[in-house]
Amino acid sequence: MGAPADGVEELPGSGTERVALTPAAADLLVRLTDVHGPLMFHQSGGCCDGSAPMCYPDGDFKLGGQDVHLGDLTVPGLEKPIGFHMSASQFEYWKHTHLTVDVVKGRGSGFSVEAPEGVRFLIRSRLFTDDEWREMQDVT
Amino acid sequence: MAKYANPGQPDSVVSFKPRYDHFIGGEYVAPAKGQYFENSTPITGQAFTEVARGTSEDVEKALDAAHAAAPAWGKTSVAERANILNKIADRVEANLELIAIAESWDNGKACRETLAADIPLAIDHLRYFAGALRAQEGGISQIDEDTVAYHFHEPLGVVGQIIPWNFPILMAIWKLAPALAAGNAVVLKPAEQTPTSIHVLNELVQDLLPPGVLNIVNGFGVEAGKPLASSNRIRKIAFTGETTTGRLISQYASENLIPVTLELGGKSPNVFFDDVALQNDAFYDKALEGFAMFALNQGEVCTCPSRALIQGGIYDEFLEQAVKRTEQIKQGHPLDTDTMIGAQASNDQFEKILSYIDIGRQEGARVLTGGGRSDLGGELSGGYYIQPTVFEGNNAMRIFQEEIFGPVVSVARFTDYDDAITIANDTLYGLGAAVWSRDGSTAYRAGRDIQAGRVWVNNYHAYPAHAAFGGYKQSGIGRENHLMMLDHYQQTKNLLVSYSQNAQGFF
Repeated sequence: MGAPADGVEELPGSGTERVALTPAAADLLVRLTDVHGPLMFHQSGGCCDGSAPMCYPDGDFKLGGQDVHLGDLTVPGLEKPIGFHMSASQFEYWKHTHLTVDVVKGRGSGFSVEAPEGVRFLIRSRLFTDDEWREMQDVT
Repeated sequence: MAKYANPGQPDSVVSFKPRYDHFIGGEYVAPAKGQYFENSTPITGQAFTEVARGTSEDVEKALDAAHAAAPAWGKTSVAERANILNKIADRVEANLELIAIAESWDNGKACRETLAADIPLAIDHLRYFAGALRAQEGGISQIDEDTVAYHFHEPLGVVGQIIPWNFPILMAIWKLAPALAAGNAVVLKPAEQTPTSIHVLNELVQDLLPPGVLNIVNGFGVEAGKPLASSNRIRKIAFTGETTTGRLISQYASENLIPVTLELGGKSPNVFFDDVALQNDAFYDKALEGFAMFALNQGEVCTCPSRALIQGGIYDEFLEQAVKRTEQIKQGHPLDTDTMIGAQASNDQFEKILSYIDIGRQEGARVLTGGGRSDLGGELSGGYYIQPTVFEGNNAMRIFQEEIFGPVVSVARFTDYDDAITIANDTLYGLGAAVWSRDGSTAYRAGRDIQAGRVWVNNYHAYPAHAAFGGYKQSGIGRENHLMMLDHYQQTKNLLVSYSQNAQGFF
């Protein structure tokens, strides 16, 4: 699993080399699963709250051939891991960065399920090192 | 210089109520579940009112009211509807200061802008569609000597509209004016970050429209937006926001087989050719201002010129002067009329911008000015202020590819015309763009070659009602503004009439 960006704490074992969670995001996902059932992420782009990850009840957002599955997020206390997805065209511009799903105070928008809690999921990013990048090219 | 008093102080031009309900069927009604959420001003971070937290029950009630009102409203004469829009415009104009300050307080933007742009544009937009409606023609086509095809415009019926938080009132009017002019009834959901200012406006005009023609349901996307967007009781949904929600709304719309209008943002290139600097004159000064336009509305504009592409021959000198121009942008209290840039609309927006400044640095982009938060001191310390920031880098970096929605511009160099067009079009989006050149031919060709729905030539950030606005590529579907927008809210009824007395001859 890749390291997070400077100053960002990741929950060990929560993700993959591409995407993982902060402890605060993992805690929030447990609470949100209580309310909404199993969840999924789709990374947004564009206007307003674009570039923010959107969290939906699993299956609410229909994934298609134009989406990339970046990995599954493992949250202690949840039976099912939470898939993290992004459109393939956007992934082309993001693929050299490791993502950490964090949470901050905020108002949220879109139909993401955390907004009524007064918080918003947020992506922290760091560049892959050259070694990591080579390793991933070998795999994929 | 003048500084408007903060709302809540005795000499403020606007006083907010402690609580705002939904507006349904011509009156303010409490939410079915009795819940409210706090609304704070990004200027200080402090709450100033609370707003109804709508749920599907409230959306259904609003749809009931809209369906009750739509048939009669759709049959009013165009003159009657146009007159009502004009009356709304007059009422807003008479209360411009009050509405502008309410908008600044709700959103965080400088009142210099709401007083001079947001609210005047909203007023003009209402008047434009009042006029456009009166002048709209149907069609008569003679098929043969005895057969005529008549084409009538008919309203869609009840439509849903979901409004963004960057121009809460102007974006609401962009969607409302054509929809109401065309004879539709509307259920509108304001953004949860900026839920209040539209009610300040609505309270001033609510006696003008018949009850149920305009309904406003507040709340969160997942609780109020989703039941509206996924309802089988709307004939169209219009949304401004980001791509994932745009896709989700399209999925709901496909389940109900209704049309969508989507405006999903961009990463707009602002292209400066060498000949801009042929003379140090008024035009050169205008181009430098054009560069600094990335900071307008704190960069929270779908068409923010967030990529500046400068030709090699003038690159160093132009950029140096553009940075100086950027550093003259005055940040301060948004209710001070000298302030040019105010607060970002929310804490999460503020955090997101900082996270992009971080990734920009990691990717090796150079910060030429700005690069962090501003602490303006006093009561503003709790607000969300970012320094206007200029990055220098290359178009493959994430800060060149993603809409930061903050006062951040990423600058790159290009060599010649083809290089400019290649870089300008190397993006997922295609909403806005600009080209700056003294050569009409260069400007024209570049304007046509850039894949974007709006290309400004030798200007930026002008939004007249009579110019179509919308995206190429992943920036969306459909257009806003312009006469053609009436069409987006109308059905075409074809009456195919035979005036012949004779059988057709088949049976």
